[in-house]
Amino acid sequence: MTDHVRTANRPPRLGPETSEGVQELLRRENTTAGELGRELGAVLRIDGKVLDPNSIDFERNDDETMIINMGPSHPSTHGVLRLMLELDGEVVLRTKPVIGYLHTGMEKTGEELSYVQGATNVTRMDYLSPVNNEIAYALAVEKLLAIEVPARATWIRMMMGELNRISSHLVWMATNGMDIGSTSMMIYGLRERELVLAFFEKTAGLRLNLNYVRPGGVAADLPDGWEDDVLVICDTIEARTYEYDDLLTGQMIFRQRMEGVAPITAEEALALGVTGPLLRSTGVPWDLRRSMPYLAYDEVDFDVIVGTYGDNFDRYSIRLNEIRESVKIVRQCIAKMPLGDYRTQDPKVTPPPRARIDESMEALIHHFKLFTEGFHVPIGEVYSAIESPRGELGCYIVSDGGPKPYRIHTRAPSFVNLQAVPLLMRGGLLSDTITVISTVDPVMGEVDR
Amino acid sequence: MIALPPLAPVGTLCLEGLATDLVCFPTREQYFDLVAAFKSDGFEMCVDLCGVDYLTHPGRALPEGLVGERFEVVVNLLSLSKRQRVRIRVQANDERPEVASLFDLYVGTEAMEREAFDLFGILFDGHPDLTRILMPEDWEGHPLRKDYGVGRVPVQFKSAPGPR
Repeated sequence: MTDHVRTANRPPRLGPETSEGVQELLRRENTTAGELGRELGAVLRIDGKVLDPNSIDFERNDDETMIINMGPSHPSTHGVLRLMLELDGEVVLRTKPVIGYLHTGMEKTGEELSYVQGATNVTRMDYLSPVNNEIAYALAVEKLLAIEVPARATWIRMMMGELNRISSHLVWMATNGMDIGSTSMMIYGLRERELVLAFFEKTAGLRLNLNYVRPGGVAADLPDGWEDDVLVICDTIEARTYEYDDLLTGQMIFRQRMEGVAPITAEEALALGVTGPLLRSTGVPWDLRRSMPYLAYDEVDFDVIVGTYGDNFDRYSIRLNEIRESVKIVRQCIAKMPLGDYRTQDPKVTPPPRARIDESMEALIHHFKLFTEGFHVPIGEVYSAIESPRGELGCYIVSDGGPKPYRIHTRAPSFVNLQAVPLLMRGGLLSDTITVISTVDPVMGEVDR
Repeated sequence: MIALPPLAPVGTLCLEGLATDLVCFPTREQYFDLVAAFKSDGFEMCVDLCGVDYLTHPGRALPEGLVGERFEVVVNLLSLSKRQRVRIRVQANDERPEVASLFDLYVGTEAMEREAFDLFGILFDGHPDLTRILMPEDWEGHPLRKDYGVGRVPVQFKSAPGPR
């Protein structure tokens, strides 16, 4: 019989192809006490309170629990997040996020790119809010260069950043809706985001990785008739947020999945370094746009939305209301948009206008030098932070005086916020892990960089 | 320029940084105590921790009396109550780059210190779980070091034959 079975002459298999080793969540018998305490959230002791060893169930038997693997390829992990969960029945005891599946070495790549090219690199980190990444990068480079940006460029940046915040939160509304079973929300959220992306395409030529905000200003002026386009976006999205209220906010099943689930306190959030809507949901009114204003945020009127209980529902309401506040800021940007240059006229960073290149050899050389060698940035180091849709987005640049950054580091809010996941999930049900991942809102491109 | 907290170790060197930051340069012995002093002075949050490899950039500005070493760990602290930022840069030498872990002060540095270990090979004394975080477990070398060959690509899947 076996003579008739056709088999390929393949070499024998060579064992497992990847080995994560100790990055994984290990069984309790193989985990050190310090690590177990960390995973159980017991190290999160607040000042003055002493760790009570009895509150950690160190002696729990491995036979009672089960370690399961969720992801990295799982529809509700928003990318390639892998969670290892220790379960007792349906209750989650320990959680460990295993990350790095999207690591592409962007910080290393950034050291090989000139400051002009750098914006194309950082814009790919948090792919849901590319403009905010570019703003953080451009502000850091401009601080090192000590150049002033024209007022129009600042206001254009602010408007585009807020439109980007709207689109980012809309994607969050969409995916969060889908995670808990409201597939209609997925369609509506992406439909509204399309309005913003269409405007981005009209302005910058691209929909996602814009490379629009650059050191020295922005890449192009706003297109003719932009006021009407943006007003339509504002009116449409503002009206639609009230439709989301009808669809989700009062919905019984939605509230049961969100209210009171996975709370975090202000002390825990501060100790973990968590920022953004996750921190504001605990009642800490910390928004860099208000607390440490950059761009022209001190000249616009908006509210910082804070929550009370720090649970899933607070995080949902904060993001929904932040869409409305961003619409408010965008409307003020339309009204107050100053006239003038959209990029600095400092010839050190800005190439000559296209028409000059046709008639002047010096202008051609100047243009060529700027886009091949790039501009030199004085020796120094700077950290500048902005409020991205996910929290504090910082950019730390070390310059050695050359045309490329010596070291460029991005403080990614998702990367730090992800540390709150084991705490939020502890003691919760397995089905709530979906909503926890969703409301923490990690973007894996930014987590892994 | 903001002042050092009252509990700061004596003799901590400081410079004024760009954009109103206070930049402190503690020694490795002063490092943990200085961060603890800032924490008790109202700096509630450690927003960022990263490593820098100064192998090919020896001429950086340092306060007088401080010898720059190859590695630096850069910590950014934030005070929500005072709305201030402070940056702490501590040196780590080439032979055994090791500094104290801030895990006991700020739990949130856990992932950031793992990242600095993974990409620079800087060791953090007192960290509960110092393993690679972004690179695979069996990766050789620390990619963000300046002497790490970019063209040399160790194959990620260890059983597969390499390209060269």
